[in-house]
Amino acid sequence: MATVNKPVDVVIVGFGWTGAIMAMELAQTGLSVLALERGKDQDTVPDFAYPKVVDEIAQSARNGLLQNLSQTTVTIRHDKNDRALPYRQIGSFKPGTGVGGAGIHWSGVHSRVMPDELRMKSRVIERYGEKFIPPDMQLQDWGITYDELEPHFDRFEYTCGTSGKAGNIMGKIIEGGNPFEGPRSREYPLPPLIDPPTSVLFAKATKELGYKPFALPASNASRPYKNPYGCQLGPCNFCGFCSDYGCINYSKASPQTTILPALYRMPNFSYRTECHVLKVNTDSTGKKATGVTYVDAKGAEFEQPASIVVLAAFHLHNVRLMMTSKIGQIYNPDTGEGTVGRNFCYQMIDSVNLFFDNKTYINQFMGAGGVGQEIEEYMADNFDHGPENFIGGGVIWGRQTGNGPVRGIPVPKGTPTWGSGWKQAVKENFLHTGRIEAQLSNMAYKGCFLDLDPTYKDVYGTPMLRMTLNWQDNDLRMSEFFGKKLDAIGKAMGATSMSGRVLKRGDSWDTRAYQSTHINGGTAMGADPKTSVVNKYLQSWDVSNLFVLGANVFAHGIGYNPTGLVGALAYWAAANIRSTYLKNPGPMVPV
Amino acid sequence: MSRMRNGLLGLSALVVVGVVAVAAVALHKPEPQISDALAQRKPDVTRGAYVAVLGDCVACHTSKDGKPFAGGVPFETPVGTVYSSNITPDKDTGIGTYTFPDFVRLMRFGVTPSGGRVYPAMPYTAYAKVSDEDLQDLFAYMQHGVTAENAPSRKDGMTWPLSMRWPLALWNIAFHDDSRFVPDVPKDTAWNRGAYLVQGLTHCGTCHTPRGIALQEKDVNGTSNLFLSGSVLDGSSPINLRGNIGDGLGRWSVGDIAEVLKTGVNIHSAIAGPMAEVVEHSTQYMSDDDVKAVAIYLKTLPPAPDEGRATFAASDATIKTVLAGKETSPGGRMFMDSCAACHRESGKGETLAFPKLAGNPSVLSADPSSLIAIILNGARLPSTAGAPTGLAMPPFGWRYGDADVAQLASFVRASWGNGASAVTADEVSKVRARVEPSRAKAQPLAASTDRVTAGAGSR
Repeated sequence: MATVNKPVDVVIVGFGWTGAIMAMELAQTGLSVLALERGKDQDTVPDFAYPKVVDEIAQSARNGLLQNLSQTTVTIRHDKNDRALPYRQIGSFKPGTGVGGAGIHWSGVHSRVMPDELRMKSRVIERYGEKFIPPDMQLQDWGITYDELEPHFDRFEYTCGTSGKAGNIMGKIIEGGNPFEGPRSREYPLPPLIDPPTSVLFAKATKELGYKPFALPASNASRPYKNPYGCQLGPCNFCGFCSDYGCINYSKASPQTTILPALYRMPNFSYRTECHVLKVNTDSTGKKATGVTYVDAKGAEFEQPASIVVLAAFHLHNVRLMMTSKIGQIYNPDTGEGTVGRNFCYQMIDSVNLFFDNKTYINQFMGAGGVGQEIEEYMADNFDHGPENFIGGGVIWGRQTGNGPVRGIPVPKGTPTWGSGWKQAVKENFLHTGRIEAQLSNMAYKGCFLDLDPTYKDVYGTPMLRMTLNWQDNDLRMSEFFGKKLDAIGKAMGATSMSGRVLKRGDSWDTRAYQSTHINGGTAMGADPKTSVVNKYLQSWDVSNLFVLGANVFAHGIGYNPTGLVGALAYWAAANIRSTYLKNPGPMVPV
Repeated sequence: MSRMRNGLLGLSALVVVGVVAVAAVALHKPEPQISDALAQRKPDVTRGAYVAVLGDCVACHTSKDGKPFAGGVPFETPVGTVYSSNITPDKDTGIGTYTFPDFVRLMRFGVTPSGGRVYPAMPYTAYAKVSDEDLQDLFAYMQHGVTAENAPSRKDGMTWPLSMRWPLALWNIAFHDDSRFVPDVPKDTAWNRGAYLVQGLTHCGTCHTPRGIALQEKDVNGTSNLFLSGSVLDGSSPINLRGNIGDGLGRWSVGDIAEVLKTGVNIHSAIAGPMAEVVEHSTQYMSDDDVKAVAIYLKTLPPAPDEGRATFAASDATIKTVLAGKETSPGGRMFMDSCAACHRESGKGETLAFPKLAGNPSVLSADPSSLIAIILNGARLPSTAGAPTGLAMPPFGWRYGDADVAQLASFVRASWGNGASAVTADEVSKVRARVEPSRAKAQPLAASTDRVTAGAGSR
């Protein structure tokens, strides 16, 4: 029997970015707010203290900050006719855990969304006609516009102290910024970071090729910054340990550096760690959430009553909780019915290492997760897709994130894989190697989805989430297109040789190797309850006092890193709960 | 023979007279005078709560995870451990049976209603300066604004003869000045308010004024330039608050001082160590006028005598050496590895985020205990409404030995224009012995520890 805890107004499942944002915004109204976190408590000191945290074996090789797959994992298959097997070692994507969630180990790349991407289906039909959409592609609009989200993108950037250069302020195009971006209400809170050598070369080469490069927006602070909550960031020192690591320096925006210190001062907020939520409880009608049931570290079960339930866990856990709580109908790829698990998407990355002569210093011993220059000529629908025959797009960037021996030091093609020949190549190339990448959208397909595995259960006895996903021809054609662009840019940068990985038709998703980690979709947002799980306010169509946050609400994959959009959507949902839902609880969009 | 006997008798008589005199002193219970006007005055509990904040009563009388004002906080003094008492209005274990004169007697003379003596760790030496009205409001708050807790006092860990309290009566005769604060009429209201607070309620001198042979503060009235000129206390070195350019506040403005008291950080420095608790519990809640008054008063204190004190004259010699790749001293190399990421090669830190080391009074204080303690143990800034983050520096004591820390601290004290004496491994060793046991005590998330119920789900 579960012990029943004292009720709270709001229970939040998961205490990463979205949980922290929602907790702060709702605690400010005076509601009692409780966050339940499955992982451990952690903070800059002592958990990310220099030098212990910059341990490539502990973090990059052994994934110290990520979900413990021996407790709970997913099963994976490429196709619905395959047998799914449990994922036993993290490689391709990176589910965070612990206080701060994936907001601890992210890189800091902080983009918004291209206005067109939120209405890609409408846009494609308008420009190319409905027949341009491949029959197996489940393209759908998101039910929300960029303009509605703009104030919330702005808020999240000002929370994070994002470093960047605006390209469009209220319709006025600003030289040096992103000429393609949707209009923003004001400049970034901080100026761009200093360009490292890779980015300098990238900017010069792309400019010569006729592109308009600009600084990648980064939530790695370029200056000391105090955010509207009063939280203080210090400037990044380019130590090169962002992705996979907690920031030693209060420089990378995370819940810990931007929200939690102010949140912890509020007496109506509390949180509990090592509490794994099993399900959202509903009343006899199934239309109202009554709270959640969770298991603590000792295995004791608790019921936490609440008036509002917010799912703010990592993508995979949010989707599975909807399924195990039997809220909504699980997607069936054969009939097309059901919405939970539908439109599960990923992202693709094509990555090319550039080797320069020994007079060109790149200095990969330094870098920052979000520092770089990028171009967006081939993002979203910024170019004519007609002749290329694919839907989607992405960014091309020259980032410099830092390299190290355990993370892997690239060497030119033909280098021996071990021994003195390899050592010699490392020695010759380490200071002279750069990298450019294309990060690409991954569209939604009928055959790519999530459901519950019929065979495998986790340590809590809950069925594992089953992923069915593989690359589709539309996306691989896009990757081939980007491969050619990368090749031209690499040559223009003066690389003496190049090696890397560009996905081509016939390639399958390799779950072992790192590529963009950004899985999304599965509880899509939208205007139609037949194809979406939550409405535009991220409110469950089925249970109106349940809100679902995270990249799982994306209607399909986007080219950008998702954190900027995920954070803005959390602020948007919170603002609407405050302005509308609390005054009149119930469905905010009539069904 | 008779002369001898007479002599002995005389000596005995003297001893008896002496004992009687001492006993008379020891048993003497001062009777505070309560004027009619004061007796007629209606005390203000709300104001009293603010007086308690100014006096930072909670810091010493509330133990970690304990009930407010229930006492039990240990104080490691050079002569043994003293525990603070329960000052809630509980009738058995607190001050619930106190009358106002009892309260005044304790606050001004350190004498309890039964005639017992409290150790001057309780700063009655400063509270003697506090006005009748403030004491009356404070008493009203302690009696009516605080929840009674039954919590018996802990036995002190002092050994005989220091465990005997009656000699404190003699100490009082020799060292205690029980006079009220007297305004300096030609000076303005703000200055006088500042002087009143600093010398009285906020008892700055308790930590910042050097102490004499009997542990008495060398000046409690601000009449000499020893007042607030820096001290050494419990593994830290409270800084010189006077106008010295090097180790004092000579380069700080009134606004800088007010800001650091309000938020824990300003453009010059940041507060860590024992003072962080003072900011967290007390000064951040002071009214803007009071904080400014304190700053105005401090800024009028002329420099303490310079001999033995550090100098500071901003210099770019160090950064030039570093950028030329010529900083090869062990201390300099440790600094580049472990410190420069935040404090920067320039020693200038980053405004409001990472404290400056160049010209920082805590770095430059004659006694380097604070600097050593911070290197060994790390530090956390206070979390305040104005600066909630409470930025923390990690500890390095696990990584660097005494000689290493001495070299590192010496480098910091001699770079960027800092002109403070070198630090020895022996000094590090002494501070390590004091501060490292406390490393075992968790120093996490000051504001949230009580909210984390790791896996318990019971709170």
